[in-house]
Amino acid sequence: MSALLARELALTLRAGGGAMQGLVFFLIVILLVPFGVGPEPGALSRVAPGTIWIAALLSCLVTLDRLFQTDFEDGSLDALALSPLPLEAVTAVKALAHWLTTGLPLTAIAPLLALTLQLPAAAYPWLVAALAVGTPALSFLGAVGAALTLGLRRGGLLTGVLTLPLYIPTLIFGARAVVAAADGQNPVPALALTAALSLAVLATAPFAAARILRIQIR
Amino acid sequence: MSLWRYANPVEFMRLSGRAMPALWALTAACLGAGLVWGFFFTPDDYRQGATVKIIYLHVPAALMAINAWIMMLVASLIWAVRRHHVSALAARAAAPVGATFTLVALVTGALWGQPMWGTWWAWDPRLTSFLILFVFYLGYMALWEAVEDPEKAADLTAALALVGSVFALLSRYAVLFWNQGLHQGASLSLDAEENVADVFYLPLLLSMAGFVLLFVTLVLLRTRTEIRLRRLRALELRAGRLAEEVA
Amino acid sequence: MPELGDYAGAVLGAYAASGLLIGLLVAHSVLRAGRVRRALRRAEAKQGRSHV
Repeated sequence: MSALLARELALTLRAGGGAMQGLVFFLIVILLVPFGVGPEPGALSRVAPGTIWIAALLSCLVTLDRLFQTDFEDGSLDALALSPLPLEAVTAVKALAHWLTTGLPLTAIAPLLALTLQLPAAAYPWLVAALAVGTPALSFLGAVGAALTLGLRRGGLLTGVLTLPLYIPTLIFGARAVVAAADGQNPVPALALTAALSLAVLATAPFAAARILRIQIR
Repeated sequence: MSLWRYANPVEFMRLSGRAMPALWALTAACLGAGLVWGFFFTPDDYRQGATVKIIYLHVPAALMAINAWIMMLVASLIWAVRRHHVSALAARAAAPVGATFTLVALVTGALWGQPMWGTWWAWDPRLTSFLILFVFYLGYMALWEAVEDPEKAADLTAALALVGSVFALLSRYAVLFWNQGLHQGASLSLDAEENVADVFYLPLLLSMAGFVLLFVTLVLLRTRTEIRLRRLRALELRAGRLAEEVA
Repeated sequence: MPELGDYAGAVLGAYAASGLLIGLLVAHSVLRAGRVRRALRRAEAKQGRSHV
């Protein structure tokens, strides 16, 4: 399993693997928001939590194609399915690698970008905490969405149509935690719900994704 | 003799074909009677005025929007477990019908909300949940369209129906956490008289029966079309292969 | 015609919009059913068999 994780990370991190592109995409989405909303600090700080969360959702989404697509095309996925490692473990490791190269780095740079959006000071630790516990769910749900649209022409758009609605509960709880902290309310309930949802997704999504992959490579 | 023999396409076509005319007639009768009664022969509500007439469309459509999804999920599960093709095709046939009912519920709700709440749209939990349900319907239909191999499409959409159901339900409760709304609670329950007065209740019941029948009729019709389409594809494939052999 | 008062727009709009949406759905279902049925009949006639 660690060998597979190392392989996934190496493939993503090598030149042209696209690890940076997800982050750059995250940065650009956030850069666009002041142009749409206006530069007033009050308006920006009001939309900052939601903006950062939606940017995180989109960055996860646009990088989903690298989860299974290349392995499906070159036949590695069939090899992985025949390997002694269960396909459920393979999808879990792949989703984990996706999170390590997408969700984790964007969690790390989110406070910096939040600064430009005038997020109130009290909310920073909660922003990092909410993203850290929430973004794994995005990668694991993304594995389900990516598996469903594997091998389709124009599959990328459909991946978004199918995956983004699955992100709604995570978005609601995760953004709520940050908004609550920014408004001086108690962010713990929302954060706890984000974490609970992530744990449930982490436990179940690999099984769903593996089942779907078996349909795809049958 | 078991219920499952109706899952045989030939048997299904025979029986549903026989039922169709009666279903159409019954649908038209119930829907027509319920709506005419509701529109022309019921008094105005003392608080909501004439807008209460929208209830004969809004509540049945909303009810069937959810029930259509549930039927779709059950049909998908039957396909996943027992591999009856009719079941998978019935799930596919139900999606556009459910999506249309969801849209009807949303539009009539907006038109009702404008005079009552002073706004076409509010991010109220019920409204939001229906919008989410609509998006799930659209995604489900898009996946059916996108996958060419029919067996694979049936399997993948069944998986999506299951995952989508879990997340539509989760969203329903997450949305409550996010915003408490304007919408009144369910207007119908077993002790319905307490919520909706008798004068409104009877035509509403008739209209709901009409919507249920309309759903059944349309799903049967669309399932029959899907089965014929499947058969047509098979014939074309065979003809194509014959042509290749001859050539 | 019942007296709808100030709410005529909302009520009539709701009935008209629902009628339109459901009408479109029914029309689509019926037309498509007819089209597919005819196509299948043609294909079966060509191959000299009839089942469904």
